[in-house]
Amino acid sequence: MNLPLYAYELISESQGLLLALPLGFGFGWFLERAGFGSSCRLCAQFYLYDMTVLKVMFTAIVTAMVGLWGFSAAGLLDLSMVYLTPTSIGAQLVGGLLLGAGFIIGGYCPGTSVTAAATGSGDGVVFIGGFMAGLMIYAIAFPGLEDWANATSLGGLTLPQVFGIPYGAVVLAVVVMAALMFAGAEWSERKFAYLRPGAR
Amino acid sequence: MSAVSSAPPLARTESRSLAGDRRHMNPYLAGFGLGLVLLAAFLIMGRGLGATAASGSIVAWASGLVAPEWTAANPALKGYYADPPWVNWTVYLIVGAFVGALVSAKLGGRIRPRIERGPHLSVQARLALAFAGGAVAAMGAKLAKGCTSGQALTGGAQLNVGSWIFMLAVFAGAYALAYFVRKEWR
Repeated sequence: MNLPLYAYELISESQGLLLALPLGFGFGWFLERAGFGSSCRLCAQFYLYDMTVLKVMFTAIVTAMVGLWGFSAAGLLDLSMVYLTPTSIGAQLVGGLLLGAGFIIGGYCPGTSVTAAATGSGDGVVFIGGFMAGLMIYAIAFPGLEDWANATSLGGLTLPQVFGIPYGAVVLAVVVMAALMFAGAEWSERKFAYLRPGAR
Repeated sequence: MSAVSSAPPLARTESRSLAGDRRHMNPYLAGFGLGLVLLAAFLIMGRGLGATAASGSIVAWASGLVAPEWTAANPALKGYYADPPWVNWTVYLIVGAFVGALVSAKLGGRIRPRIERGPHLSVQARLALAFAGGAVAAMGAKLAKGCTSGQALTGGAQLNVGSWIFMLAVFAGAYALAYFVRKEWR
């Protein structure tokens, strides 16, 4: 089998656009089912009594990571044809800190704000407005930052390449790390259950 | 009389649904489903999920209506400006995500007009913080070339070095500030 289908031109650009709709549907469906339409629930992650964000995120990462590795190892998928966002260490460090700050201040990240807006959250709608305004402010006020991020790009770079160890070994290490994090998350929810609103 | 006596249990049910457990899917199951959707995007399209580029496409398109030459030359917008939103893959993805969340919430009885906030915060303050947080998040996502979806989730599964740095920084930034905005949520 030749995967990804789009890279092998087995589906056209317009078919790709149409397929984005069911993929997006699944994306929004599982975010909402996880409870990510609620800013209070999302931000509870950062007060340690509800670790749903970490559990959902790392289960999703492990699932897709093992799938990618499996399809690639079976010769069904050409991993080099899956787009890899270029690494710019400084830009991604600063950008991550800013996104984390925006998350705890605003209550959402970009994807979950759409989920919240779909379920009737006014704060979700305002977050999206702030997000679009922020993109425009960035474009007007900080064009040099974008140039810096591009100039410091190291290109597509993966952990197996950097550490010089086999892809499967890194996959296994991440699975083990995720299992330990899940155990830690369950412990944290019991330990800090008294912080949960309504617990006192 | 019956309305008065039924009010407290309803309020408790509501606060529990915001903080918690009962009416949502098991988080590991939801994560597995989300992971399968992400894997499908990789296998079909050769790209992951993302939520930033759709906003970028719409902002660049709107900016282009006012100042086309400036938009086409701006380092932060020119990448989004190449194609209009109606042929942009990420816009279709987000339209699908909106509908998916809407249908899920409708079936789960969770559609409710509201401004979510802690008990000690005014509606105006909450909306101002939602706007400010959105703006800060946008600058972070633009600088990092992705957000929690496009970087942490997608790049995390690809073992992308920059994505793992980004993910650690997101958690670090949010945990570092959590104490100072605790009144917003609790």
